[in-house]
Amino acid sequence: MALLEVNGLKVHFHTRDGLVKAVDDVSFSVDCGETLAIVGESGSGKSVTCYSLLDLLPKPPAKIEGGTALFDGVDLLSCDAKQMRSFRSNDIAMIFQDPMTSLNPFITIGEQLIEPLIYNPDKTRSQSRDNARLRAIELLDEVGIINPEARFDCYPHEFSGGMRQRVMIAMALINEPRLLICDEPTTALDVTIQAQILELISQLQQKRNMAVIFISHDLGVVAGIADKVMVMCDGTVRETGDTDTIFYNTANDYTKKLLAAIPEGAKTLLSRVQPEAPIIEVKNLKTYFRDYSKALAGAGSAKRFIKAVDGVSLHIQRGEILGLVGESGSGKSTLGRSILQLAPITEGSVHFCGTQISGLNPRQLVPWRRKMQMIFQDPYASLNPRMTVYQTLAEPLLYHGLATSANIDKQVRLLMDDVGLARASMRKYPHEFSGGQRQRIAIGRAIATKPELIIADEPVSALDVTIQAQILDLILDLVERHNLTMLFISHDLSVVRYISDRVMVMNKGVILETGDTETLWANPQQQYTRHLLESIPLADPKSERQRLARSALSKVGMQGEDLEQRFRAEI
Amino acid sequence: MFRFAFMRLLQAIPVILVVISITFLLVHSAPGGPFSADKAVPPEVLKALETQYNLDQPLWQQYISYLGDVLHGDFGPSFKYPGRTVSELIASGLPATAELAVYAMLVALIIGASAGVFAAARPNSMQDYIPMSAAMLGICMPSFLLGPLLVLIFGINLEWVPVSGWGDAPGDKILPAITLGTGYAAYIARLSRGGMLEILSQDYIRTARAKGLSEPLVIAKHALRGGLIPVVAFLGPAFAGLVGGSFVVETIYQIPGLGRFYVQAAFNRDYTMILGTTIFFATLIILFNLISDMLTIWLNPKLRQQGQGDN
Repeated sequence: MALLEVNGLKVHFHTRDGLVKAVDDVSFSVDCGETLAIVGESGSGKSVTCYSLLDLLPKPPAKIEGGTALFDGVDLLSCDAKQMRSFRSNDIAMIFQDPMTSLNPFITIGEQLIEPLIYNPDKTRSQSRDNARLRAIELLDEVGIINPEARFDCYPHEFSGGMRQRVMIAMALINEPRLLICDEPTTALDVTIQAQILELISQLQQKRNMAVIFISHDLGVVAGIADKVMVMCDGTVRETGDTDTIFYNTANDYTKKLLAAIPEGAKTLLSRVQPEAPIIEVKNLKTYFRDYSKALAGAGSAKRFIKAVDGVSLHIQRGEILGLVGESGSGKSTLGRSILQLAPITEGSVHFCGTQISGLNPRQLVPWRRKMQMIFQDPYASLNPRMTVYQTLAEPLLYHGLATSANIDKQVRLLMDDVGLARASMRKYPHEFSGGQRQRIAIGRAIATKPELIIADEPVSALDVTIQAQILDLILDLVERHNLTMLFISHDLSVVRYISDRVMVMNKGVILETGDTETLWANPQQQYTRHLLESIPLADPKSERQRLARSALSKVGMQGEDLEQRFRAEI
Repeated sequence: MFRFAFMRLLQAIPVILVVISITFLLVHSAPGGPFSADKAVPPEVLKALETQYNLDQPLWQQYISYLGDVLHGDFGPSFKYPGRTVSELIASGLPATAELAVYAMLVALIIGASAGVFAAARPNSMQDYIPMSAAMLGICMPSFLLGPLLVLIFGINLEWVPVSGWGDAPGDKILPAITLGTGYAAYIARLSRGGMLEILSQDYIRTARAKGLSEPLVIAKHALRGGLIPVVAFLGPAFAGLVGGSFVVETIYQIPGLGRFYVQAAFNRDYTMILGTTIFFATLIILFNLISDMLTIWLNPKLRQQGQGDN
């Protein structure tokens, strides 16, 4: 019998809008030393499945309607509160998606680490504070925290995202659990950090012979580490099988759809790029922000700055899609906003169609604003929740005098057709739409004024992979039909490769490398670019396993130093 | 943190100036004067009185000389209590009022915070509805109704505590503290319930539960500190309000506090007394707000560390 056997699990949510069958008849098993990946899009029930095992769902509205989950022969779904506490402390541990919010900001990480030891419900296992501290420091060291004795008394805000996730992992492992549940542990992290965390989890698993359940929406992430994959959709299991079968020989339509949606390769370079004068030209652009946290601490009037953009020059040809990649904090979003004059620039110039727009006052900028638009990352936050689609789309048209009250209805309808929204939903509010549809609204708003330049800041990173593919195709289609020029900002290299003609790599406020997409992919000049490209998880189990093994070998010894430098750079 | 406090105190100076100016203008533009009493006073006497208190000078001159006096810490003589200065009167009433405010605050904090935390532990259950309905009742109940009710039940019918007085008999401070504290307890209960509910929905609470910590420990150790921040922010203005708003309770229980000076001064058009007490309360409000802001910063490790390198 396997360590964990789940049979016929049903979890329903009794909400005001009616019954939602979040998990409907799900069965799976996982054994010691084995990794089961649960893959699915948002709302597929993958997280709910795992939370119900540890009784972490809010009840109400959640209710477990049926099924068993035998852990070592004991049913997790029907055990009493005391037993559940014991399972949580000693047998089953969990790592959560967002390391920024999963640690208590009011308590030092050391204190949070030792809690499972000093408050262990099993008295024979509980330890004194001093012993627990030693054990915690040992584990911090094992997960790659530099100088663990000193870091023990630090608060979570003193750690970067990747470091916090390492602390979370140490916390999960402190009582040597037999089952580790990882709920999208790398989704909130940069691609290079993601690679490190995945490697760490798989090393720790092998050493301890743990069972691991790995929840992810990204097939690429699980390809290298999973033994078995379970694909979920709408609360039901679509397919379960060993990793190679799922990736190479699936018969299931939904799995095929998921695999097909992963952006792979590059589109052929189109002839729409017009090699005349560039539409936008940026010279030696610098955008600095006052660093208030440090300025407060610093003595006297010595002001310190965060150099978000530090001397960037670039040009974009008419009709071109220029991809801008970089990790979080690289300054790529600030660069986009600075070009549009949405962030105050410190130095340098921006020319749009040959006219200098940097230094213009807000009123002088109005006619230029019409020609430059922006698409934002989070369609949940960037649309006004109190405006209907009609109002959102009509506002820029009327403001810039592109439509009259006589033909505005028709114009809005055409716009909705353009971005693939049903005309019938014109009077609906943003919350009535799904994430993909909302991003369509946001794109419609951006192209409403018939702009020449669009800056798209991570337009697909908040979306599920199948929706992401649709939106990317929509963007490509619009660029071609409306003869748009685009700066496409993303941390996701596969997406950038799929959509861009040319790519720029940005790090710490400067452009490291620029080149045609395929040339850059085939022959990166900079070490940093190579490192970035190597960190991309591939949706191909065999090559992914080889890659993990390679990087594990090459990282031994240098990992610590590398991380220390990274950490220093981040604070 | 010290720099923060210093900057805030600097900002307080114009605020106090505005308070003085507006109050000064308002009291002088109100009809009547300190000596327009019921009995007719001979004009010569009135004239002499006005000269003695500089009331015969133009308003702007009075204003300037008053500001000068305040700068030296002198609030002037009272118009209605001859021979005593405003400062003396405030000093004589303050101890009782401050003591009452502290007790009332303790009552409010202990009852309010525990009711709020208790309610938030199981939202939308009886454990939530009962204390929160009681809190609503507490907010709606004015102290001039609650005070006599308590006196009637516990002082007269049950004879557990004295019906009035301050420090004259054992237990005579209990009812005033409860009467004054109840309304604040109700506010604090609602604030702490809201704060706790927000914190309890945070991801890190789920982490704490997943670690196998018991529910009381999750609440006491992981949720309480963040959940009570709104309460701390409320404490400053609340304490100032307690000191300034104890008039009704002081009257009910015959407490020799500050409140009666304030109200009587207004009735009597005792210009210097009105100004003196107003400036005093304004300063208190600014001071207590500052203290509670500093506490809020200190409670948050991130803000606390940012402030450490100051001065």
